[in-house]
Amino acid sequence: MLKAIVTVMLKKGIFDPQGRAVQNGLDSIGFDQVKKVRVGKQLEMDLEMTDMATAEASVHDMCDKMLANPVVESYSFEIKEA
Amino acid sequence: MNWGVLLFPGSNCAEDCFHAVDKILGKPVKYLWHKDTDLGDVDAIIIPGGFSYGDHLRPGAIAHLSPAMTAVKEFAAGGGLVIGICNGFQILTESRMLPGSLLQNRGLKFLCQDQSLKVDNADTPFTSEYASGDVVGFPIAHNEGNYYAAPDTIAEMEANGQILFRYCSPDGEVSEGTNPNGSINSIAGIINRTGNVVGMMPHPERSADSVLGLSDGKGVFVSMLKHLEAKHG
Repeated sequence: MLKAIVTVMLKKGIFDPQGRAVQNGLDSIGFDQVKKVRVGKQLEMDLEMTDMATAEASVHDMCDKMLANPVVESYSFEIKEA
Repeated sequence: MNWGVLLFPGSNCAEDCFHAVDKILGKPVKYLWHKDTDLGDVDAIIIPGGFSYGDHLRPGAIAHLSPAMTAVKEFAAGGGLVIGICNGFQILTESRMLPGSLLQNRGLKFLCQDQSLKVDNADTPFTSEYASGDVVGFPIAHNEGNYYAAPDTIAEMEANGQILFRYCSPDGEVSEGTNPNGSINSIAGIINRTGNVVGMMPHPERSADSVLGLSDGKGVFVSMLKHLEAKHG
């Protein structure tokens, strides 16, 4: 078994109002050193696969077809032994 | 002349769309199911609002992969009229049948209000009952209605007259101050390049029956009907 951890973020340059709200919240409790926050999402997937290269190709395909919207989001992932 | 209203698990504006066709236009309409691979004999398809698949992952992200959407794409490729309203718009952008995407509202709040809109292009099968520059009122109800597309895509859409409606003030002023959700250029509704697929966040079906106090939205359905009647004779 392999485990894939996919991170999906809004593309650079697209305003993230949620990140701004989190930054303001941190600021209000004294963490004024935080100058920017971006909120994304992480997906953990257990893969019934053994070959790393095949798994990478599959996860790329999943991201392109469904997990990320390339119009507004970018993605990255790592795959490891479960 | 048959109309279809496409249902997903979580659609919640389908009955209003059905009512607009059945009772306001008085035309035959049926529900289509997201698992259908054959949509049957339909001349126009409405993808209604709601929260298909609970908006999980992204609004429309799972719905657009449904079997029925493959059939909707084929229908649109053949020139059929398709309109996606609210979540229907999100599904159409996810499927790439329309450019851009709908992001979370700039103010992070779910917006549920009557909204003034300016008709930007009245020369389409969906807006011919209006005049360009008309100010109309449709309700909006969304959390992800903040329209975004890359700057070159926006420039191309503007040049091609693909913006149908913009958010505005009741007297027709379009500005950042009258933009409820942060949409680029106050975009509320768009049409594809070939002029047969529309997506819009405001709800014409909720303002199509005068008993509800708002009837400006009726024009969208009447425009579509007139186009279909002219086409089919």
